[in-house]
Amino acid sequence: MEKIKNLNKFTRTNIRAYGLIILAFIVLFPLQSTGIISNSISGQLVPICTYIVMAISLNLTVGFLGELSLGHAGFMSVGAFTGVITAICLQEVIPSAALRLLIAIIAGGIAAGVAGFLIGIPVLRLRGDYLAIVTLAFGEIIKNIINCLYVGVDSNGLHMSMTNAEALGMINGKLIINGPQGAVGITKIASFTAGILLILFALFIILNLVNSKSGRAVTAIRDNRIAAESVGISVTRYKLTAFIISAVLAGMAGALYAMNFSTIAAKKFDFNTSILILVFVVLGGMGNIVGSIVATALLYILPELLREYADYRMLIYAIVLILVMLLTNSEKAKQMRERFVYKWKKRLRKNNDQQEGLKNG
Amino acid sequence: MDRMVPVPSNAIVPERDLGRPPILETHHLGIDFGGLTAVDELSLTVGRTEIAGLIGPNGAGKTTVFNLLTNVYQPTRGAIMLDGKSTAKKTTAQVNRMGIARTFQNIRLFSNMSVLDNVKVGLHNSIHQNLAASVTHLFGYKKSEKKSREEALELLSFFHMEDLANKRAGSLPYGAQRRLEIVRALATHPGIILLDEPAAGMNPSETAELMENIRKIRDTFQIAVMLIEHDMNLVMNICEGICVLDHGKVIAKGTPEEIKSNPVVIEAYLGKKKGADEECSE
Repeated sequence: MEKIKNLNKFTRTNIRAYGLIILAFIVLFPLQSTGIISNSISGQLVPICTYIVMAISLNLTVGFLGELSLGHAGFMSVGAFTGVITAICLQEVIPSAALRLLIAIIAGGIAAGVAGFLIGIPVLRLRGDYLAIVTLAFGEIIKNIINCLYVGVDSNGLHMSMTNAEALGMINGKLIINGPQGAVGITKIASFTAGILLILFALFIILNLVNSKSGRAVTAIRDNRIAAESVGISVTRYKLTAFIISAVLAGMAGALYAMNFSTIAAKKFDFNTSILILVFVVLGGMGNIVGSIVATALLYILPELLREYADYRMLIYAIVLILVMLLTNSEKAKQMRERFVYKWKKRLRKNNDQQEGLKNG
Repeated sequence: MDRMVPVPSNAIVPERDLGRPPILETHHLGIDFGGLTAVDELSLTVGRTEIAGLIGPNGAGKTTVFNLLTNVYQPTRGAIMLDGKSTAKKTTAQVNRMGIARTFQNIRLFSNMSVLDNVKVGLHNSIHQNLAASVTHLFGYKKSEKKSREEALELLSFFHMEDLANKRAGSLPYGAQRRLEIVRALATHPGIILLDEPAAGMNPSETAELMENIRKIRDTFQIAVMLIEHDMNLVMNICEGICVLDHGKVIAKGTPEEIKSNPVVIEAYLGKKKGADEECSE
């Protein structure tokens, strides 16, 4: 106990974040493989993992960079569809599902990263509300483009069209993205283990970044842009870096998410999804990675658990949202929590002393 | 309106810097905001290790001069030469890398970061750590972090602030925040440091300590200091050259003794003697 206290803040956050994820894996993996938890919850494990990665990556933009992005689902979408195309194209070439999944996730990450770079250059010149509006538009544009996109593959390679499936002109080809219906015929290769590994990867990247030269520059820009410039930090460069890293991780999460279903449509990644992820980040606390993880897990499972009380489901969900907001953000609640923790610690110490006394006596 | 006092062109450069090229020169610098001329015909020279003062009544354009020197504003006219190189068309960050560091009138710290991290951000451009090292904590991360930590602590100890290293910068008392801002500016290894009202809100003993510190900065780092200040005791005590601004124009340049007895300066601060008499008689 004493040892943990003496470690610096960085190491403490690391232990908490990694520990939480590994613990969740150790508890949930046997339950899932032996089929103890219900099918509906078990089916939610991969989506929960991807949403945790989404929340962590958005926390980099919103919490550490301090810019409100409302188009995070757009990057998820780019990653998802790139991942699906990659996986289906490689179906015959690479028999190993795990390797195919890995390549699909990397491809999704790269595509989303490129999108992040292209959108980042004009967008990061804007500030505050304007940036939020443009990112919102970006998400919607991506959704609408993919909605009328037709992609297929045959022996001649990849075909693409924006009009209809016939325009692809394939001979015995396989349709991958069928316009508004989205990607079809996906082999489900995502697994809970892959989800956990992706979370660990995202944590590794972001927790390391925050505690480094680049991360300090990003936080400095958030705290005071003018002062950051005055000490020689190139604001555009570090904003772009953080934005792209955030996009890459979102793309990877998107690819994993898509591989968990047999079909996936572009309308899944709409404005509501972006807002949902933002809700996870805000409720978990901006700049608080562990908070993002906990908030995502709780708020994602909650509607599932409440399924039997279908009539009151959304009512309870709303009340929980408000309670969490009050408990994490109000000064009174913070003081109450601190008092409680203090008393609890005191009692613990007393008990320890008594036990020691008994031993010695 | 011809109030310019003829002064020798380099009266502001102290003797020990005479043989060396100046760190900072401005030539006929001016800026207009719309139809308003905020600064006009500003020609300054600051020696390598000089402590220079920029004074003037409220609204004279002193902070605007600092914003021009750091390229926060682009000048409408004139040129700025830093160590013999023009700073035209550079960004604020680039100008800092060329050797100008500054503090702000209304303190601008990274208030949610620790004191140590504030200084480390100041060391940003002297830490050799690429993005790959930042993200993976490999490739020389440990070495560069250790070096930056040591250097930051050394700079903090200069102001006896090493005990505060792990405190949140925003939670420091006012005087310590001002000192931290100076440390952060020094961390960028500047050739000249611009201090915007460093003694604002300080009591006399704190101001005395500040004066010592400013001299110490100049002697230890061998850099030039230029400061805006309303505390005349501080200005007259430590500045070797003083430039007085009024309505965006230089009304006098010279040593503290020359400035003290300059009638134009007294008039700018206190108003015309005749006018004052009339007021009394009413």
